[in-house]
Amino acid sequence: MQDDDPKNPTRESSGVSRRDFLKISGISAAAVPVLGTKVVQAAGTPVKVYGPGKTPVELTVNGKTHSLQVEPRVTLLDALRDGLDLTGAKRVCDRGECGACTVLLDGKAVYACSILAIEAQGKTIMTVESLMEGDKLHPVQQAFVDNDGSQCGFCTPGFVVATKAFLDRHPNPTSEDIRRGLNGNYCRCGTYHGIQGVLAQMKGA
Amino acid sequence: MPEYNWPDAEHRTLIGKRISRVDSPFKVSGRAKYTYDYHSPEMLFGRVVRSPYAKARILSIDTAAAEKVPGVKAVEVIQKVGSVVQWAGDEVVALAAVDETTAEDAARLITVKYQPMAHEVSDAEPPSGAAEAAGPMSEDDIWDAIGNQMPDAQFIQYLQEHGVSFHPTEDLLKEMKGEGASDAALDVIRKASYHEGKGGGRSPYQKAAATTLGDPDKALTEADVVSEGLYGAPVITHCCMEAHGSVVEWPDKDHLFVHISTQNVSGIPSQMAEPLQVPAANVHVHQDNIGGGFGSKFSADRWDIVNARLSRNAGGRAVRIMLERDAELEVAGARPSAYARVKVAAKKDGTITGWQSQSWGTGGPGGGGMPPIPYIFNIPNQRKEHTAIRNNIGPARAWRAPNHPQAAVITMCAIDDLAAKLNLDSLDLWLKNLDITGPRRETYREELGIGAELMGWKDKWRPRGQNISGNTARGLGLSIHTWGGRGHSSDCDLSIHPDGSVNVKMGTQDLGTGTRTTIAIVAAETLGLPVEAINLYIGDTQYPPSGASGGSTTPGGVSSSTRRAAVDAREALFSKVAPALNASSEELECVDGMVRVKGDPNRSLSWKQACAKLGAVPVNAHGHNDAVPSKNKPDLTNSGVGGLTMADVEVDMETGVVKVKKMVAVQDCGLIIDLKMAESACFGAMTMGISYALYEEKLMDPVTGRMLNPNMQFYRLAGLSDIPEMVVHMMTGKGYDERGVIGLGEPPVISPGAAISNAVANAIGVRVPFLPLTPDKVLAALEQKAGA
Repeated sequence: MQDDDPKNPTRESSGVSRRDFLKISGISAAAVPVLGTKVVQAAGTPVKVYGPGKTPVELTVNGKTHSLQVEPRVTLLDALRDGLDLTGAKRVCDRGECGACTVLLDGKAVYACSILAIEAQGKTIMTVESLMEGDKLHPVQQAFVDNDGSQCGFCTPGFVVATKAFLDRHPNPTSEDIRRGLNGNYCRCGTYHGIQGVLAQMKGA
Repeated sequence: MPEYNWPDAEHRTLIGKRISRVDSPFKVSGRAKYTYDYHSPEMLFGRVVRSPYAKARILSIDTAAAEKVPGVKAVEVIQKVGSVVQWAGDEVVALAAVDETTAEDAARLITVKYQPMAHEVSDAEPPSGAAEAAGPMSEDDIWDAIGNQMPDAQFIQYLQEHGVSFHPTEDLLKEMKGEGASDAALDVIRKASYHEGKGGGRSPYQKAAATTLGDPDKALTEADVVSEGLYGAPVITHCCMEAHGSVVEWPDKDHLFVHISTQNVSGIPSQMAEPLQVPAANVHVHQDNIGGGFGSKFSADRWDIVNARLSRNAGGRAVRIMLERDAELEVAGARPSAYARVKVAAKKDGTITGWQSQSWGTGGPGGGGMPPIPYIFNIPNQRKEHTAIRNNIGPARAWRAPNHPQAAVITMCAIDDLAAKLNLDSLDLWLKNLDITGPRRETYREELGIGAELMGWKDKWRPRGQNISGNTARGLGLSIHTWGGRGHSSDCDLSIHPDGSVNVKMGTQDLGTGTRTTIAIVAAETLGLPVEAINLYIGDTQYPPSGASGGSTTPGGVSSSTRRAAVDAREALFSKVAPALNASSEELECVDGMVRVKGDPNRSLSWKQACAKLGAVPVNAHGHNDAVPSKNKPDLTNSGVGGLTMADVEVDMETGVVKVKKMVAVQDCGLIIDLKMAESACFGAMTMGISYALYEEKLMDPVTGRMLNPNMQFYRLAGLSDIPEMVVHMMTGKGYDERGVIGLGEPPVISPGAAISNAVANAIGVRVPFLPLTPDKVLAALEQKAGA
């Protein structure tokens, strides 16, 4: 598994996956009904316990820090969309299969539907909304326009972010790199041919 | 009379060029808003409780605990106690709460008790020897038909042919009316003849069609060669990236405001008005963007109506219901299956003389009809029988080019098998039989020549199973297709303002097909302006109505209404400007941002100067395209296209994995508005074709009656790594451009399945009967061949 494969992005970077968390919160359920966070031992590791109920969460998104009140089970994606009205990242499969919710977490492409908002605290979150500079599209975005890499456009923001993160790591990708590195985003309209054009245009740029 | 006709080639500055979409910058930056993105202050989150059973009677519903949950604002029972649910995932109860987690938790507290009933979800077996629906309808049959939303025409015809096996009372009929039976149907039930019988209507199998043309028996007996085979395509889902759903609110008790993910903005008000008892004129619908529809989003769905009821119960607050992904795949769209056992008769030289097919398939509870087989080839002698299977997999919806991809798989694969049996190159067999392909035969001839060249067909083609080295087999396949694509009814308002700005307003929608860009190009071309000069407003019922975007009808409709509005507005502007240029308005033209006298560029005004002559009031013109061609003078749209797909595949004979290596699409669609978007439509359709040819199937579990793969991991779409080298050639120029604008959404998605299946057969030397061509099916076919 390549470390920039967005299908499996969170283990290294955030320590606790969504499913691990659910397991842990099950373990700790009896010790939970106090406000604020506390720390319990889970499998020999100290783990912060949040909730139940709404808990204060601080997220640093696109250079700004936001304070929110969300339940611990709320995903980063839902916090961004419903809490901060940043709706560029889309909710499609809601379980780490399609890539439409891709955002950057400390510079790495991740599925925002598969990370809890509480886990994303203290990290740098960048969404598609951060890529433009003023009125000017980011070169990757411009390449999507030029190569018609978008039809209905619902997968596009996720694809743009994934492509940007991929190119940051592979400025001169081979076609095999592209096949592996951008296979974690699905498009129903079938814009992959245009996106191959994006990569060709960006190669070495 | 103003000149509405499309400008000829030398006078087009924008039409037919490669122009980037006007809305792409919004989509690539996340600024484009979809229904799913809409937030209104105080918005509530809806949640639907769904049936876990494919068929069951509802025994009890207890919502008391959910109603007590703080934050729950409304609960609505959708199907009453006693109703019979007809598919797993069917909606039973809905609620709305202050946030999503509260809604989720509260929904879990709703208890519904069911009496499970026997269900039917399979469709892949031919119904040989099975009882067919032929008897009178019992009371249960009629309840089923109502619950199944059986189309009225079909329901009435069945009743008229077979009668009923019980004596309906007026009370019972009244109850049936309450459950949704139409007055027409009730009248037929009332008058239906009584027969003793045991509900023959309960069999899932129903003979849907039987036709004979010419003398098929003679054709089959006298043929030099008869090729026989089994072909088909399963039920697949639409899997729109943006789920179905809406955000509905009541600004006051008489007015409804609806954000909805729809292909049919102008058509939604009347669909919501009746069930909600509110005038259609009071229903305001808005949609900026839609995240895919593909034929599954023409209607206000049951959850949208329920959404409005929840909102009303919650004092008018907005309620959002967007389907979860599993529900989206289970209930919000499925393409009917079609399978057939086919015999094709031919002479030694390849002339096709006869066709015989026994086909079957399901479109869910409604059964469904026979796809148009034999597809395109008007074979002189035919016998066709079709059996519709009515079952509990959930309702079918139109899927991009309804029935055509299935018809192409059945027909083009059967004909390809015939070519193999005759030891002929498929391309030659197609060319040989073009005379029976109807009005587009010369288009096909030209396209087959171009396609063969682009594919390198003659160099690459080998007889079946003779291009294998080691474990790797290569093969070529092709298929041809057709579609209508005439423009729908469309109305357009276009205003030119004294400061030179231009507004275009239309109640249409852009599915990602480029509707916005099409309208902007036509308006800009007509007014001699750049595309960016057009301010475009679509997606709202406050704008003039335009048809639903389905069946490739949008480009012809919106381009024609826009052209008419723009020409009329231009004429109005000319009459104001003419005196200043010392000319008559007939002498003026709009070119390069100027209004000038034809042939005398020195007598000109800039666009801004010209518009200033309007005084204080803008000119406004209305353009209409009629769905009835004779009402359009001149007619700017047309119907009927031809196209093809060719595929070059590689098959790993050990693992059964199919890889598409190269695909070619050649397509005509009349006058092309934007070549870049037209090519993208073909690239996208080929990609979707790879997806349904290799991966997609709505897998139903016969034991539980539920869909086994309602997610995007196991309902697999093609990804970037599946994309081969792809070549698109659009037919343009003489013979094509002058036909007017024709839609392109459906045609290029029709042939890929058949072309890829034919390429696999050519590679491995044996037919894999049914799509998708998954490794297990490929290996099974190889095994059968080895054993034969």
